[in-house]
Amino acid sequence: MTQTTANHLFGPLDPAAEAGYPDHPPRLGFFTDTTVCIGCKACEVACKEWNNVPEDGIDFLGLSYDNTGSLGASTWRHVAFIEQASIEQPKPLGAQEPGVTGRHAPVVDLGMPSTAPPGTTAGADGRTEFRWLMSSDVCKHCTHAACLDVCPTGALFRTEFGTVVVQQDVCNGCGYCVPACPYGVIDQRKGDGRAWKCTLCYDRLQGGLTPACAKACPTESIQFGVLDELRERAAARVEQLHAAGISDARLYGADPTDGVGGAGAFFLLLDEPEVYGLPPDPVVTTRDLPSMWLHAGAAALTLLAGVVSTFWGRR
Amino acid sequence: MAECHPVGFQWVMEAKARGAKIIHVDPRFTRTSAVSDLHVPLRAGSDIAFVGGLINYVLSAGKEFREYVTAYTNASTIVGADYVDSEDLGGLFSGWDDETHVYDPSSWAYEGVNVGASAGKREEGAGAESAGGESGAQGAERSKDAEQSHQFGSGGASLGEGAKIQTDPTLTHPRCVFQVLKRHFARYTPEMVQEVCGVPPELFGQVAEALTDNSGRERTSAFCYAVGWTHHSTGVQYIRTAAILQLLLGNIGRPGGGIMALRGHASIQGSTDIPTLYNILPGYLPMPHAHQHESLDSYVERNGSATGYWAYMRAYAVSLLKAYWGDAATAENDFCFDYLPRVTGDHSTYATVRDQIEGKVPGYFILGQNPAVGSANAKMQRLGLANLDWLVVRDFVVIESASFWLNGPEIETGELETTKIPTEVFFMPAAAHTEKDGTFTQTQRMLQWHHQAVEPPGDCRSELWFYYQLGRKLREKLAGSTDERDRPLLDLAWDYPTDDHGDPDAEAVLQEINGRGPGGDLLSAYTQLTGDGSTSCGCWIYCGVYADGVNQAARRTPGREQNYVAPEWGWAWPANRRILYNRASADPEGRPWSERKAYVQWDEAQGRWVGPDVPDFEPTKRPDYVPPEDATAEHAIGGSDPFIMQADGKGWLFVPSGLVDGPLPTHYEPHESPVSNPMYAQQSNPARENYGGAYNMLNPVPGDPGEDLFPYVYTTYRLTEHHTAGGMSRFVPYLSELQPAFFCEVSPELAAERGLEAGGWATIITARTAIEARVLVTDRMVPLRAGGKVIHQIGLPYHWGPNGISTGDAANELLSVALDPNVHIQDTKALTCDIQPGRRPRGPALLRYVENYRWRGGITAETGKQARTTGPASASTQGSTS
Repeated sequence: MTQTTANHLFGPLDPAAEAGYPDHPPRLGFFTDTTVCIGCKACEVACKEWNNVPEDGIDFLGLSYDNTGSLGASTWRHVAFIEQASIEQPKPLGAQEPGVTGRHAPVVDLGMPSTAPPGTTAGADGRTEFRWLMSSDVCKHCTHAACLDVCPTGALFRTEFGTVVVQQDVCNGCGYCVPACPYGVIDQRKGDGRAWKCTLCYDRLQGGLTPACAKACPTESIQFGVLDELRERAAARVEQLHAAGISDARLYGADPTDGVGGAGAFFLLLDEPEVYGLPPDPVVTTRDLPSMWLHAGAAALTLLAGVVSTFWGRR
Repeated sequence: MAECHPVGFQWVMEAKARGAKIIHVDPRFTRTSAVSDLHVPLRAGSDIAFVGGLINYVLSAGKEFREYVTAYTNASTIVGADYVDSEDLGGLFSGWDDETHVYDPSSWAYEGVNVGASAGKREEGAGAESAGGESGAQGAERSKDAEQSHQFGSGGASLGEGAKIQTDPTLTHPRCVFQVLKRHFARYTPEMVQEVCGVPPELFGQVAEALTDNSGRERTSAFCYAVGWTHHSTGVQYIRTAAILQLLLGNIGRPGGGIMALRGHASIQGSTDIPTLYNILPGYLPMPHAHQHESLDSYVERNGSATGYWAYMRAYAVSLLKAYWGDAATAENDFCFDYLPRVTGDHSTYATVRDQIEGKVPGYFILGQNPAVGSANAKMQRLGLANLDWLVVRDFVVIESASFWLNGPEIETGELETTKIPTEVFFMPAAAHTEKDGTFTQTQRMLQWHHQAVEPPGDCRSELWFYYQLGRKLREKLAGSTDERDRPLLDLAWDYPTDDHGDPDAEAVLQEINGRGPGGDLLSAYTQLTGDGSTSCGCWIYCGVYADGVNQAARRTPGREQNYVAPEWGWAWPANRRILYNRASADPEGRPWSERKAYVQWDEAQGRWVGPDVPDFEPTKRPDYVPPEDATAEHAIGGSDPFIMQADGKGWLFVPSGLVDGPLPTHYEPHESPVSNPMYAQQSNPARENYGGAYNMLNPVPGDPGEDLFPYVYTTYRLTEHHTAGGMSRFVPYLSELQPAFFCEVSPELAAERGLEAGGWATIITARTAIEARVLVTDRMVPLRAGGKVIHQIGLPYHWGPNGISTGDAANELLSVALDPNVHIQDTKALTCDIQPGRRPRGPALLRYVENYRWRGGITAETGKQARTTGPASASTQGSTS
């Protein structure tokens, strides 16, 4: 990736302080440990109940147990179900051994996320190990939130907790934020036009409560708290998993030097981010704004110099 | 468990985080499998062979916890010489009667014990039909035994007269239970497990080693099961198999051990304790039988036990009668014992539905249940509902059981016409649990109080309100009646404080359940109950839930503020005991088996049993106590006999009395199976119950002419996203969108074999009917090789019906009714079907479509209902067919 020096739009910083809260509470966020997710979707339902998010379509998708599909204006938590039928080598997390012979030939896995319905890509003879991954996705509440940076009305704002929230009474539905998000999280609601996304239950935070999804999660897959503490806890969990032989365990979005300056909602994954439908190397889309302005400025200066020299030459 | 009990599963995840190994044995790969250390797919309906294989592994490798087994189980007890095992009779036990299709269990008795209690004279009148369809007196005898078996949910059966048990502590006597057990399970080898279950020996070995390595003095293992084990025509014996294994491994009565029955609803345990069952009264007291129990004395005599705590049955029964009828219940009138209804045979849910179809039932109440789509053979249920005078449905929304007359499948096919259905339906809107006070009793027998959070909307009312007000109005109407038959209603103690809406105070009801002493004081333990009428108690095992005048079920002391057993969270029956039979956590001398697993132990200095839990033993009975010859009740239980509710104080590996289908579990094929029983000539449980004719057709079994018509196994189950028959979820947008349509789960191999398209439609057919489902092709379903062939299994979540937001055909349309004879529970987990691509025919064409299958298979009302089989071909059956 192109190295860009840290600035107001890129690199590690304290977003709440940056937004002008001198005495702000510690930054709050989510650590979603997908290794203990049981795919119950209580987070999806609790989110909708608390935030009064409308139903998002009664459509049978046939994608494992996922009928939500993706995050969107009316889905602020989304549990992905990934059926991995032919992974390269046995992975210690739920395996099934069919009694039928002829299913033991390893099939080379290219590590690419499947777009075909589950089951149709695996040959009848190719399943010896099987894994069903579940992961609850959510808005990342980026340190550098492009959605917020591009919002022309100020509807999107940074809270004192370092989270990013849309003010629905200010949003004019211009939609600039939608392509700005490197994760494809924020979206406009059909028939409404305004942009909607996870607020990290801003209203609950103000009341000292845990966000609805984390409160409802029965296995503590969704952990809520002070971001710094969550990052420590997550690092320890990864070490524990590595020690247990689960070498694929890795954090996603926990690094303050990554493309979004670290996410306020980060994840522990068991495979490449692409497998979960997450971009492998997200970069805040406004990262290059300073250099773009610099370049634009230089170009303007050059142009001006040319014009000036033209007149100068005439003299 | 993660799929159906996600909240309880958090503790499994916590155990896993602390190093516990989680093994999941299930035909399909579920959310539980996803986070387990090992998933073992097996052929649906083969679990007795699998767990029996584990028993054989333990016994043949000598891995049982020998001291525990010798001291605490009936392993050393000598079985009578008349007993013949199923290994020697082709899958039948001694005592089978080919004419009545009923076992006479007298030959299963212990040596020297005269079993009188479970053999009675025949009753008149219609009883259950057993396999083979016998009726009348023949069925009644067996069903009478079955009516009583629920009682043993709280303890074992009586041993009968003159129990002088003979034992061999060396466990070498050829007729001691240990040797009987060894011989019985000797053929349940890893190879046989592979043949029957489709589980490869290496995988089976992993389970066997993990389980035995984690059991014994230092470690314990727990089993969790749900209706995947109980919904079989051999369901009770499934649990028996696990009980035998756990007793052998010393995993009962000890921390971290046990067998957890995960119940199907929030308070199913509660509705067994204070039952919604026809054959028991609160606290597992049997419902009196019309001819056996003509007086309170004969009732107590026939059902109590001279030894163990059932010796106090009279105190429990009289206190219950006092709670029901208060001052009207006196010693002179047998405490109104004659006011209790009587059973005459099998009046279980399916028998009642059969009687509805036959026009014998005028009215029906449905509460929190949706049988029109939620019970096996849903059509049979609807035909029953359509043949009543009146029907009351109490629910949140208009469920299918309230609308079958308008939009049921039979209306579409023309089998029923709305205008000709006589049933008058009363729909009563119900309050949700958040809208009323009350308790939930969960699987650990723990009562947890829930407070009303909001007022119910509109006319919605609690069940408490409904029944209280109904009783009040009936009593008003009957006031002044001199008719003797109205006395039970008029004499009821029916006085509760009510609120502004007329809702009775739920705590007053809990107090009545708890019981009161002579001065009206709330009791604190069931040991205070008496049989002289001076105490009242609505459910003896719940006595103490209001001890000290405090609603103990409402306690919510956080775990960090008390010991790890958390005795101050809610209240568990009996006596707030969290682990039953916990005397077994100490050795016969009363010392912990190991420091690591210390729980309840004898403190010589204090002269009593101590530990973090309430000891499940007389607190000061010494471990070396030997009962005198003539001792009765608890005094007949020795100081080293932990299983105090059993007449002999032992854990029963072998059940000499109390079961109607055998003293030991045996692998039988499900009543619909694509394979011949690899173990015995006897194909299916001979004592299973079948119902009806035309409305309950069965698929052919191997050997029948049409055996290839239904080559696939299907199993029904739940998803996390929906609740049972859907009344609480299919009408809720947030849940409906998560699982928006009825679907079937199939393997890629089966999809290829039948041309099923992912996301498309499939039609699934049985001899009952055909339904359609969206197709979910998934690697989570794997074909297995068992019984000499490749077995494809189809998964069918059963939540759907035509009403609501998320709609679809009901999987239960496909199920037949074949019941476990002990508890009348249907098999929903392993049946056979065919599957074809595309949608099903509609209207009358559907009937012709299914009729064509029946014709091709030569299926009649008798198909598959033979009780006794003597070989792979059921054509050679010796059992009579009605």
